[in-house]
Amino acid sequence: MKIIIPTETKSQDAPVCPSFGRAPIYAIYDTEGEAYEFLENIAADSSSGAGIKAAQIVADSGADALITYRCGENAANILETAKVKIYKAQQGTIAEHVAMYIDEELPLLTESHPGFHNGGRRGR
Amino acid sequence: MKIAVLSGKGGTGKTFVSVNLACAADKATYADCDVEEPNGHLFFKPVIIDKTAVTVKVPLLDQDRCTRCRKCVDFCRYNALALIKDQLMIFYEMCHSCGGCVIVCPEGALTEEEREIGALEEGLSDEISVITGRMNIGEVSGVPIINEIVKRLPEEDISVIDCPPGSACVVMESIRDADYCILVTEPTLFGVHNLAMVYDLVKLFNKPFGVILNKCMSGENPAEEFCVEKGISILAKIPFDKELGRLNSQGLIAVREDRLYRELFQGILFTIEREVSP
Repeated sequence: MKIIIPTETKSQDAPVCPSFGRAPIYAIYDTEGEAYEFLENIAADSSSGAGIKAAQIVADSGADALITYRCGENAANILETAKVKIYKAQQGTIAEHVAMYIDEELPLLTESHPGFHNGGRRGR
Repeated sequence: MKIAVLSGKGGTGKTFVSVNLACAADKATYADCDVEEPNGHLFFKPVIIDKTAVTVKVPLLDQDRCTRCRKCVDFCRYNALALIKDQLMIFYEMCHSCGGCVIVCPEGALTEEEREIGALEEGLSDEISVITGRMNIGEVSGVPIINEIVKRLPEEDISVIDCPPGSACVVMESIRDADYCILVTEPTLFGVHNLAMVYDLVKLFNKPFGVILNKCMSGENPAEEFCVEKGISILAKIPFDKELGRLNSQGLIAVREDRLYRELFQGILFTIEREVSP
């Protein structure tokens, strides 16, 4: 079972990044090997559609679950198709979130927002 | 001659100036490029002569031909495509209609189809041709619709282009062919801040321009101070006039109702004509 979490730095002690699509790093925890892997998010600099590309990266990583504060509609549609469950991040570090996930303490993320950039609104 | 009317913020009086300026000419075209919320038609109440759909090209997938090679997904810089569990997902609202995915597909699995994003209405109000662009709710970019409006502006006569607020892509598309830009502003700090944005834009586009100070009251006018400081020509000062408010709220055009405003806007037109073709 693989869990993926957006974060700022390559550390299990880092907090969860408030942005999903534009987080610089994804922490991936494998429950079998009990080890972390860190992936640079190449979608972060996209002029538009960062969430779509990031969701593609998550799907390609083979993750079963994503822990995030928020997720755009397009990304949520992709992750649903990819059968990746989305959980809502709480206060705490990456490692603490992994522990909460294993203890089944994390709620599912039930709301997705319509996007902040070109995906949803025009820039005035 | 094409005159674009713009302002950094909404509510400064772009539509008021555009509508009245068009009416001050004997014969003119008024083009409403504020396609998200066109409102010039409320004043002109044009008799609609023609309505055309505006479409953009988006990719259409032939599932049987697609080998899931992912070349299209990797190519799209707008991230309008994703390949998930052998399923190609297309996000139309992200697509910029570049056609690149169709070209890179080695299997010919992608073709282009038209997708409607809005419409143009063309009509007449006395001697004024009125073109209104309307974007469908939920669409992201009005640029293709504005592009269609601008194409329809006649080379002869006077065209007044009522721009969307701001200084983003939709405004750039609206002023691209303009011979002159009018920046409308109001006497507030917010107004000045946004005036500075459109000022930078018209300078970048190398357009001749002037400012209309709208809603002028007694006391200080930071927008006027900005113009004086930058050496920007002030085309007119329009007072914060209760009568204008009354006419506007009734959907009436000041130039058609009031001789003083007719003369004021004819004067502005005259100044611009002299500057554009001396």
